[in-house]
Amino acid sequence: MEYLWAFLIGGAICAIAQIFIDKTKLTPARILVGCVVLGVFLHAVGLYGPLKEFAGAGASVPLTGFGSSLAEGVKTAVNEQGLLGALTGGLTATAGGIAASMLFAFIAALLFKAKAK
Amino acid sequence: MNTETGKEKGREKQTYKKFAEGRASSSPLLKDMLMAYLFGGGICVIGQALINLYGTLGADVKTSGTLTSITLVFCAALLTGLGVFDNIAKIAGAGTLVPITGFSNAMTSPAIDAKSEGWVLGVGSKIFNVAGPVILYGTLASVIYGVIYYIVGLF
Repeated sequence: MEYLWAFLIGGAICAIAQIFIDKTKLTPARILVGCVVLGVFLHAVGLYGPLKEFAGAGASVPLTGFGSSLAEGVKTAVNEQGLLGALTGGLTATAGGIAASMLFAFIAALLFKAKAK
Repeated sequence: MNTETGKEKGREKQTYKKFAEGRASSSPLLKDMLMAYLFGGGICVIGQALINLYGTLGADVKTSGTLTSITLVFCAALLTGLGVFDNIAKIAGAGTLVPITGFSNAMTSPAIDAKSEGWVLGVGSKIFNVAGPVILYGTLASVIYGVIYYIVGLF
């Protein structure tokens, strides 16, 4: 059942983003920025947390989930260390994914050659 | 290797071309949405399987989530390097862009293309072409939320 919800919710988020790709002139970069900021916002107003509980990877794997993790990390850190947590929480919670992206992208740059277009 | 004369501009264009290609085909909205749904949903199902796998291997909820992100990021970087990712993205559109795979591709693709420009201002900066704005605005939004959350908590 959790696989079904992961598919339905995760797919729906992508399909909605596809509308913006097709119907607006937004570049993919702007769409990704929008997803992350939207994820932060939806988590802040208390909507994304329950969605993650419900849809699992369907909510956490899209980039909105990245934003949600930023917000969740900030909230936890503020609870633990006060205002400083607003600065430390977000990147701490997402450090694994970000550092891994840098590492693997760099290794790929080492190993692979650019394809002629 | 692409060594056209456009240099900076051409390179920038080429970088964006890679991401833009996914939406370049003039296919109708519904078909695009269906493909985005199928691929995006499919990647999330793989993600869920990974979360469960790491869970049964003994990782707690948070750790298995992080490990899942790392695994997906790795796969996307590998597929990008092999030149397969762009072909999938052409069909899948937002289906591969919006999941964390798109974030990984957005770092890997410019990084590989920028090799000829050097390792510091080429790879080192182009790797953040798309990821930089994403991290910047995501972090800014979360800091704002944190400050508001802190102030609200005072009362």
